Amino acid sequence: MTGYSATAGQQRWQFTDLKDLLAKATPLRSGDCLAGLAAGSSRQRVAAQMALADLPLKTFLNEQVISPETDEVSQLILDSHDLLAFAPISHLTVGDFRNWLLSDQADSVTLKRLAMGLTPEMVAAVSKLMRVQDLILVASKCRNETAFRNSLGGKGVLSTRLQPNHPVDDPAGVAASILDGLMYGSGDAVIGINPATDNYAAVTELLKMLDDIIGHYAIPTQSCVLTHVTNQIEAINRGVPIDLVFQSIAGTQAANDSFGINLAMLAEANQAARELQRGSVGNNVMYFETGQGSALSANAHQGVDQQTCEVRAYAVARHFDPLLVNTVVGFIGPEYLYDGKQIIRAGLEDHFCGKLLGLPMGCDICYTNHAEADQDDMDMLLTQMAVAGINFIMGIPGGDDIMLNYQTTSFHDALYIREVLGLRPAPEFDRWLQQVGITQPSGRLADSMPDAFSGLLNKL
Amino acid sequence: MNEIEKTDQSPPVSENPWRQLRRYTDARIAQGRAGVSLPTKALLAFQMDHASARDAVHIPLETEALTEQLRSAGYESIILHSRAADRTEYLQRPDLGRRLDLRSVERLEEYRQQHPQSVNVAVVIADGLSSMAVQRHAAAMTQALLTRLESRGFKRAPVTIVNQGRVAVGDEVGELLGAELLVLLVGERPGLSSPDSLGIYYTFQPQVGLTDARRNCISNVRPAGLSIEAATDKLIWLIDESLRLQCSGVGLKDQSVSTTLQQTHKNFLLP
Repeated sequence: MTGYSATAGQQRWQFTDLKDLLAKATPLRSGDCLAGLAAGSSRQRVAAQMALADLPLKTFLNEQVISPETDEVSQLILDSHDLLAFAPISHLTVGDFRNWLLSDQADSVTLKRLAMGLTPEMVAAVSKLMRVQDLILVASKCRNETAFRNSLGGKGVLSTRLQPNHPVDDPAGVAASILDGLMYGSGDAVIGINPATDNYAAVTELLKMLDDIIGHYAIPTQSCVLTHVTNQIEAINRGVPIDLVFQSIAGTQAANDSFGINLAMLAEANQAARELQRGSVGNNVMYFETGQGSALSANAHQGVDQQTCEVRAYAVARHFDPLLVNTVVGFIGPEYLYDGKQIIRAGLEDHFCGKLLGLPMGCDICYTNHAEADQDDMDMLLTQMAVAGINFIMGIPGGDDIMLNYQTTSFHDALYIREVLGLRPAPEFDRWLQQVGITQPSGRLADSMPDAFSGLLNKL
Repeated sequence: MNEIEKTDQSPPVSENPWRQLRRYTDARIAQGRAGVSLPTKALLAFQMDHASARDAVHIPLETEALTEQLRSAGYESIILHSRAADRTEYLQRPDLGRRLDLRSVERLEEYRQQHPQSVNVAVVIADGLSSMAVQRHAAAMTQALLTRLESRGFKRAPVTIVNQGRVAVGDEVGELLGAELLVLLVGERPGLSSPDSLGIYYTFQPQVGLTDARRNCISNVRPAGLSIEAATDKLIWLIDESLRLQCSGVGLKDQSVSTTLQQTHKNFLLP
């Protein structure tokens, strides 16, 4: 490869290879600066975007950002690429691809058919040329529906993961947050706990507890305890009730190594959980989490910018037909996404890229206390994400995770955006909320606490 | 009295009748709602907590005070510094926070030349993202752990304190001190309700360049979280198990008896 170049005015810019071009074309973020990959000037960045716009999409099939010989994620990307699905856009450049995506030709059905014809790098590339409104508009045309005990991702549906974390996994403390969430109509995507430790006995108790609660109240939702995949495989083998298998994943083999996972492990977990046949309306059993900067933080990015690495993780995710993919956008800290502006852009990029690749994208709209961000930034991202048609967000009491020490969206936040945009929970869950008396048929919260739950308080 | 006046009299905030559940958790449950939104009082309480946490990130570790705490517990300490010059650089350059600066390396090499005998365990204290956590709990945690280990004949390196340090810096210290086992105590990201949470990272045979897959973590060590006693029990279990398996990290599963669940409250949602 001889590299890529762009000329603007009297200046000519040279980019050494595809990954250099992709990195230099990326809107500014602290992680790429940290990695020494970012454009050196604003003009160089736009020049890279111009060069990228002229690049034929076919280039991505001939030049890999990381060699498949040393990286199983690259190999997976090559092996799973569908040339037939790619055919309708195979003649386009990246710039033309943006125009086509925004045009009426790219409707929901067409985009769905295209998904397996796209590689992560193609999608990352086009996202780098897009403004926020482009990311929202195209994503809003994608509908990626999945199912387990309810149907997620349908039009007009916005779901929440109820995240009842507790610093020492106290059963009553977890239950208190679960009750709070259910009373606010939260928990249709999953009731998912980040355990305080990876202790096998503690994790097992949490899994049984969630299973018992879902069973006792006949809640049409699924449970998950977010521990390492090997723990969950062991739990399945020992007969512990597992609905969804969770794992954090990244876009390079080296980064996945640092998580202690590989594709074979994920395949084993996926198969084991599917064989349990615990879903009633569908059998998507995987729950993945990702986030820009994870590869770099493990020093495993191999010269690839953090947004492209992130989209490569989606190739891993879609290989296992997940129920949920959650980009945890502001969790990693200011060294990767410095402030509210960078977090907002990254979240919308992740959602767009994941949706275009066919994934049921959700987002942990969040920030840490050492980032230059606040609740106003989260409100902006939440509103934009919901307009873009996001499948699910987090729901946590008051937006304050007392175990992981960061702020995410609250039960109130979910109700705000449902009210403003006329969105509803997953239909099966929506019906349950009304039957139990948590909500009125209009979707609004009922005035009083349902007897089934208020009775519990009298016994305490 | 007309219709409008009647409507205006209903309170705009709906309280939640499950406030009593707050005895089980510090989570912001039962906050009530104005329409579907957070009532003003709860909103401002949140904003104040966020403001406090933002401030806490930038409070520097009082190294002298910590050294004094350790000394009165019987432990001499060596003060080190990462390659991150100050807090601003620390926040933007994690790579610098993971490595010792040149002077610190020289300091440890010098120490090692004078004390060439090998040691079993090194305790490293790093300020991380909450100097408050380290200031409040690191000395007590160090004492609880080393008392147990020394009573069993473990030889220890001097305690080290790393300013502007991240988790991985412990591996470099451990390697330079020739320690077989490394215990790193670090201030965790401050949460809104928990500005003083200490994290513990354990590495078997520490060396520069190891990833998180080779470490075991015990999180949330603070009075309202995991107690120092419980954390010490867990850590001792991990250490014993890692010596048996000759590894740490993903290969070492924490299958110690679940001590946390035994002392806690029953799930009230089930009969």
